[in-house]
Amino acid sequence: MPAYEIEIILNRQLADCLSIPAFITDTKGNLIFYNEPAETILGKRFEDTGEMPVEQWATDFKPFDENGKQLSPEELPLVNTLQDALPHHKTFWIESLQGKNQKISVTAYPIIGRTGKMSGAVAIFWKSTDV
Amino acid sequence: MKIKLWGVRGSITTTGPETAYYGGNTSCADVWEDGWLLVLDGGSGIQKLVVDNQLANKRIDVLLTHLHLDHIQGLGFFKPLFDASMEIHIWGPASSTRTLHSRLSRYLSPPLFPVLIRDLPCSLTLHEIGNSTFQIGPFSLQSNYIIHPGPTVGFRVTGNHSVFTYIPDHEPALGRNGMIEDEQWMSGIDLARGADLLLHDAQYTAAEYLNKKGWGHSSIDDAALFASVAGVKHLLFAHHDPARSDEALNDLYAAFQNNNYTFKNELAREGMEITLP
Ligand SMILES: [Zn+2]
Ligand SMILES: [Zn+2]
Repeated sequence: MPAYEIEIILNRQLADCLSIPAFITDTKGNLIFYNEPAETILGKRFEDTGEMPVEQWATDFKPFDENGKQLSPEELPLVNTLQDALPHHKTFWIESLQGKNQKISVTAYPIIGRTGKMSGAVAIFWKSTDV
Repeated sequence: MKIKLWGVRGSITTTGPETAYYGGNTSCADVWEDGWLLVLDGGSGIQKLVVDNQLANKRIDVLLTHLHLDHIQGLGFFKPLFDASMEIHIWGPASSTRTLHSRLSRYLSPPLFPVLIRDLPCSLTLHEIGNSTFQIGPFSLQSNYIIHPGPTVGFRVTGNHSVFTYIPDHEPALGRNGMIEDEQWMSGIDLARGADLLLHDAQYTAAEYLNKKGWGHSSIDDAALFASVAGVKHLLFAHHDPARSDEALNDLYAAFQNNNYTFKNELAREGMEITLP
């Protein structure tokens, strides 16, 4: 297996230092790393799961809008970023593991290194303070 | 493939009897195969590099890992650049904002240097590289961006029968808990995998590294761990700290040897020559 680009490796090393949840995917949307704070959102540990294909992690993570309608993948910032290589932001709801709904904000940004080629994307999450 | 090290000191040249054994010139190595010559980095060591009649043609390729001064400071004193009969190719890492020519010109122009690049008499071609593969005579080259401040690459040089990997400035351990010991997550590993010889940054002791995170260099322990994961056969520790005397280098290496790595490893020394099959 060839190694990831250094901008992906450095994003993982950065995510590992952060107290806010962060996901890193490759260009196909496979979840190649999530940090400890993100483990509480997914209800899984990276140590146990390793990398996860998009079909797997997307089902563990149940996003919905303010009317309770489930969001399709195309409505998620991370998926938008993978499609157009631009940053995206959105506030929505997810079902927490304790069954309590939580309003979160997500910002996704593309990882584009010196070669100009997108090598993946990062999504960072925090509890929404929006009214 | 014949390799000679012309400079193995990091950061700045040193001089004096206390560093005479390992040498005080900054990064430069040459690689010969079938009369073709590659020069790796243009540190102060390049001024002593002898290009005699072994050269099968009039071409020399200079491969720069990056443009920190200790890797280019000797360039202006490389005699073939002033020889109108020579064809010189300089390969260096691309930046996302400025050309290699404009970045090299910052140094190779007044007031820092009297001659402009465009006034050099040789026939000069500049090549911008990144995550690239290219061919130079009998050599197959691979360059990859690696972790070090500013655009920086390492080189994997494949000759007729052997592989030499050159990564003099590299901090693969940058992060909260150091290197992630998983090949997919290690900067530079594709360049070094299974190499017959690896020259790698080992500027610090493990204790010193704790206060130098983010400076772009490795501890001797991290260099060895990197080489071990890559499965290299022979490792040369290089980019010696300019403040480290020969005696201090010997002490550092003696302390390191307790690690019992099974592959051959030693401190790089200016003037060292290595022949690979
Ligand atoms: Zn250096
Ligand atoms: Zn450097």
